Amino acid sequence: MFSKDSWQEIFETISKNKLRTFLSGFTVALGIFIFVILFGFGNGLKNSFQEFFMDDATNIFRLFPGRTTVPHNGFKSGRDIEFDNDDLAAIQKNFAFQLQYITPRIQRNYTVKYKNKSNNYGLRAVAPGHQQAEKTIMMKGRFINNQDVLNKTKYAVIGRLVEQDIFKGEDALGKFIDIGKRSFKVVGVFQDDGGDNEERFVYVPYTTNQLIEKNTDKVGQIIVAFKPIIGYQGAMEFETELMAFMKKRHDISSKDEGAIYLRNVAEDLKQNQEFGSLLQMVVTFVGIGTLIAGIIGISNIMVYVVKERTKELGIRKAIGATPRMVIAMILQESIFITTAAGYVGLFSGIFVLNSMGNSLDDYFINNPYIDMGTAVFATVLLIIFGGIAGYVPARRAARIKPIEALNDE
Amino acid sequence: MIAIKDLHKSYKIGKNFLHVLKGINLDVEEGELVAIMGSSGSGKSTLLNILGMLDVADKGSYTLDAVPIKDLDETKAAKYRNKFLGFIFQSFNLINYKSALENVALPLYYQKVGRKERNEKAMQYLEKVGLADWAEHLPSELSGGQKQRIAIARALAAEPKVLLADEPTGALDSTTSYEVMQLIQDINDEGKTILVVTHEDDIAAMCKRVVRLKDGVIIEDEKVNQVRASDYV
Repeated sequence: MFSKDSWQEIFETISKNKLRTFLSGFTVALGIFIFVILFGFGNGLKNSFQEFFMDDATNIFRLFPGRTTVPHNGFKSGRDIEFDNDDLAAIQKNFAFQLQYITPRIQRNYTVKYKNKSNNYGLRAVAPGHQQAEKTIMMKGRFINNQDVLNKTKYAVIGRLVEQDIFKGEDALGKFIDIGKRSFKVVGVFQDDGGDNEERFVYVPYTTNQLIEKNTDKVGQIIVAFKPIIGYQGAMEFETELMAFMKKRHDISSKDEGAIYLRNVAEDLKQNQEFGSLLQMVVTFVGIGTLIAGIIGISNIMVYVVKERTKELGIRKAIGATPRMVIAMILQESIFITTAAGYVGLFSGIFVLNSMGNSLDDYFINNPYIDMGTAVFATVLLIIFGGIAGYVPARRAARIKPIEALNDE
Repeated sequence: MIAIKDLHKSYKIGKNFLHVLKGINLDVEEGELVAIMGSSGSGKSTLLNILGMLDVADKGSYTLDAVPIKDLDETKAAKYRNKFLGFIFQSFNLINYKSALENVALPLYYQKVGRKERNEKAMQYLEKVGLADWAEHLPSELSGGQKQRIAIARALAAEPKVLLADEPTGALDSTTSYEVMQLIQDINDEGKTILVVTHEDDIAAMCKRVVRLKDGVIIEDEKVNQVRASDYV
């Protein structure tokens, strides 16, 4: 069936029936091309989604102090809870196994001034771990380090837009800015994928801020990062233990829901992943739809091709082609065309996707791509269905009596 | 060479059966040139189709070159056709995207003859029908007479026992018809058995034997004095 001779016969047929070859090839190439593009766009959509919702580290808990709602151990309800440096140390000591890093976050608002330019910005007094928790990216200089925390240095790290706003093109690194009434040296400029608002913050060591605020030891909220290796289950257990530990430290009833709030990003992550897989389903659905359209397209073309060739097949049968030879010829031809055209569509689709890159970012399509496995699978699927679609009319044509085929004008 | 006995064939048209062949008995010896005549509807084309294994009889026996032709499935019929028979059609039935040479070589392709050998052989037969210079031309570039000669070359290429020609001159003017008949006579002179279906008396007169059909039966079967086509050309 696949002798050199039959290939020669097929190449002759293909090259001498260019329109027919083009039509069936074009259908397949277009089907695969659209599939690759749509699937790639779907993946791009997923990328954007992940960028939006997965801006921060996903292995963290945020602890917010609240107000007690249940009387406990002789304390009345309605007592304000505050976290302090001792809490940080105690968590570090008790949860060394699960803990990756811990940072407080004291949030304030200040007027920040450089020369005669000033503006209001959020101030975050933090420990070095905060950089990881927020996925803060340093553009130049450095983030707050342990030395700063220990020595209570008056160093500040400012957002990209803060530099843009008040430095007006000047390099902020090494310059002194006024935060409130005090002077800080800029040691770093950062950017953040979380959007413009995230880039209008100023970071300082939390100990420095405590010193400024009459040497207090209060820390505002606490961000606790667990080691990713403990997994979702481990994180849930850690959350429960941490909550119990903190309640005990602050004399809070275990039934008190309002005294400490804990936001577990791992739970958000799970929800986000569920939404992500919903998107994946939409993408898959679109892909399958495109493929079905492609299969219907190639089936129609094959029916047309065999119909057009009825007389030729009749002649071939009259001079000695067996039904098997006729079917084999049509199949071999259609599979060859769909394979060649399928790969043309596949690679032109991938080429277009790659050259698009981030140009469709405005439409929430970020870095569209398709993995090779899916693309090749789709192509092979279309080839197989192209073969089946060719086989059915080919078998019918092979069964027609030659005399009927010959009378078919 | 050919022996048929009590051949019957009917077609179903709507709810009615049309009895086309009503018991045909015919023997053809090797080397004969037989004209099968009759008006349209007489059953002559049906008879030829059955002889050509393009159609199957309802009843009766058919023996070709001492091989009983029965229980034909499509595969078997195709093999017998390829081995025993060459066809010449009124409408030539050349494959329009293949050159003259490729058309002639096609039966050999189905006999699994190698490419080089079948092209050589096809070229020989093109020479025989006087069209070697037209080997690379497509059928659309040829005249009706040339197309029919290509078709005859194709029918001969497979070296069949019997040539079956269905109105071979039906689509040709008389001069060209005589040229084609001259070729058929020449081939017959070399010993090939040929059956020609025609309704033209002058074409029938160029054969050696005339069988007349009417309403599905043979009404006349006689040897005739062959008129040489070369007399007209």
